[in-house]
Amino acid sequence: MGNDHFVRFENVDKSYDGKQLVVKGLNLDIEEGEFVTMLGPSGSGKTTCLMMLAGFETPTNGQIYLDNKVISDIPPHKRGIGMVFQNYALFPHMTVYENLAFPLRVRKIPKDEADKKVDKALSMVSLQGFESRMPMQLSGGQQQRVAVARSLVFDPKLVLMDEPLGALDKNLRESMQYEIKHIHESIGVTVVYVTHDQTEALTMSNRIAVFNDGKVQQLSSPDELYERPVNSFVAEFIGENNTFAGEVTDVSGDKCKVKLNSGAEILANPIVAKSKGEKTTVSLRPERALIDPDTKMDNNHKGKIEEVIYHGDHTRLRLDLLGNKQFILKVPNSSNRMDIKEGKEINIGWNSTDCRALDPK
Amino acid sequence: MSQEQILSSDGIPLEESLKKAERKNKLKAVLLVAPLFLFLLIIYVFPIGDMLFRSVDDRMITKMLPKTFQAMENWDGQDLPDEPVYKAIYEDLKYLKENKTYGKIIARLNYEKSGFSSLIKKTVRKLKKIEEGNYKEQFIKIHKRWGQPEYLVALKNAAPNWSYAKYLKGMDMRFDQDRNIVQVEEDRRIYKILWMRTINVAFWVTLFCFVLAYPISHLLATLPMKYSNLLMICVLLPFWTSLLVRTSSWMVLLQQQGPINDLIVWLGLAADDNRPELMYNVIGTFVAMTQILLPFMVLPLYSVMKTISPSLMRAGKSLGGTPLVSFVKIYFPLTIPGIGAGCLLVFILAIGYYITPALVGGASGSLISNTIAYHMKSSLDWAFASALGTMLLVGVLAIYWVYNKLVGIDNIKLG
Repeated sequence: MGNDHFVRFENVDKSYDGKQLVVKGLNLDIEEGEFVTMLGPSGSGKTTCLMMLAGFETPTNGQIYLDNKVISDIPPHKRGIGMVFQNYALFPHMTVYENLAFPLRVRKIPKDEADKKVDKALSMVSLQGFESRMPMQLSGGQQQRVAVARSLVFDPKLVLMDEPLGALDKNLRESMQYEIKHIHESIGVTVVYVTHDQTEALTMSNRIAVFNDGKVQQLSSPDELYERPVNSFVAEFIGENNTFAGEVTDVSGDKCKVKLNSGAEILANPIVAKSKGEKTTVSLRPERALIDPDTKMDNNHKGKIEEVIYHGDHTRLRLDLLGNKQFILKVPNSSNRMDIKEGKEINIGWNSTDCRALDPK
Repeated sequence: MSQEQILSSDGIPLEESLKKAERKNKLKAVLLVAPLFLFLLIIYVFPIGDMLFRSVDDRMITKMLPKTFQAMENWDGQDLPDEPVYKAIYEDLKYLKENKTYGKIIARLNYEKSGFSSLIKKTVRKLKKIEEGNYKEQFIKIHKRWGQPEYLVALKNAAPNWSYAKYLKGMDMRFDQDRNIVQVEEDRRIYKILWMRTINVAFWVTLFCFVLAYPISHLLATLPMKYSNLLMICVLLPFWTSLLVRTSSWMVLLQQQGPINDLIVWLGLAADDNRPELMYNVIGTFVAMTQILLPFMVLPLYSVMKTISPSLMRAGKSLGGTPLVSFVKIYFPLTIPGIGAGCLLVFILAIGYYITPALVGGASGSLISNTIAYHMKSSLDWAFASALGTMLLVGVLAIYWVYNKLVGIDNIKLG
């Protein structure tokens, strides 16, 4: 057990039916004070991981450590982990005060001290004065805040959040994201957050673990994840992405030549596909390709505008480029680009470093 | 309050045009409700009204002795009445004798005071010997009881059209000759025992149902669909079986030579020649009624438990509550609406249960409903049966009221 990680998943497998693994050989380390998000499509095993950490599911194989202790044999109520549930799970028959006081009461904390803690937790989510309300009398956002306050009121070192903002509308969700982020920063609690919303993950986290198929595909900081995805699933899942399927024909240093299925050749950055003859999917972010670039770029190709979609601050173009009819391009909205029309041919350029040759799909 | 009248665009007051527009819908609604309303009126409101009416109706005797009661109005009820009363009695009895209907009043009067039976019969027999004039003397000659004021007082007491004597009887009380309410003699107090037994059985059956149904309902609400459906069928299957069949099956199971007794003997809990009596007593009533009423507890509990999110218990545990604390503080309080509904339902059904106690209850396990049936079918004292029925109804309403005060009726959830 010689490790210094706050939370550690070690070769964790989980199967519900004995036929399929929901989580496969998972290894994941989380440091104290971190905000780690488990991000992935539904069914990718992220919630299962959270439930194993909380103690509501047991790993089929492998160990989970919390603070260097194996926690498999500790029942949930002794783990001291705060948790925010998907639908808040506020106790509907208790007032806000009673909801928050529940974890303190079961810990036999004297009333005056408990009152102080409840007050502090409520002020953290700016809900003072709501103590005597019932959960049903609160709006969705307020219920969410109560749930967050309740998970923090007994000063746990680790808080788990299972898609806590899923039921809120867009604006509220965004403001809650910042609020949770600020709470995390101000009290330094370790947060493990589960979501399938990538913007949420990118906004809030120190590190993001992208789950797919029961495995962590990539664990890194948000910018790293977006700028340097390590495989085509991550590239596809995080942000918008243009892809070309092809085969590596030549590798030289940090560049490789990729022959596309349409016959054209482009220069790319060999990340996964590193040797000649390998199949690859090349990934390029929409904002990294420019129209009629001023500076010299090592990929320059002609594309035909198939569709123009006006988005206010920017215009989104769908191009037919090198056989990819779904090539998306983002053009900032400015007066000098009024010539963009459907059916027009334009010059597109991008750098090979932004164009990553990943595993084939 | 001075509100300007709002007109719709064609100049008609808005309220009126709204009414006009809604009229068709309202008519439709009324037509849709009408069959149910009529049905309720015919099979519910009328019978209950009739039952209430019968339980206090005492006009039969008034109608049969009209002249007597009219004449008695001027009598103070102290000493023997004067001639006109006896004359009226003579005329009434004569009329009844001619129509051969005097038998009906005998039972009624004998209930008022025993001894009337022979008094009336003898008088009627000798009626033709009575000559006109001086009826009082001739009556006393026929039977000396006509000279005892208490009989005439009893007769006068039967005069009012309405009487709550049947209700008193249902509570083991009666009027004495001075119209005071007194308890009946100790050895004749049977209804109090019956009421207590009925409430007792209903209470315990409710409790047994609750204890058995709570875990089943919890399992039903939490098991995966394929298992819970199967379990639900197991719960409902008896519910779909005829009540009589189920009760008879219990008779097969519980009889002294039945399988349950066989098992008890085989386990060595009782000797073969000393098999316990599981039927024709309160045990049989408890067992069979609990089984039969169980679904009425399971269904409301299940429907409430189904709505309790499993994440609530998880939340309780994650916040540090042991499973027991989480159950007591979180899960249990949330099931109270279901418990209330289930208990109320089972208790009310149990308190008026008829078939099962009639078949497996025997003498010591029969309940108030069996007595009502007895008075309906055998003793033909419909007034008394109605009074008992009304008392039962009032009891149920009282329970409902108490429940409403304690828990609140809007807290009930039947599904």
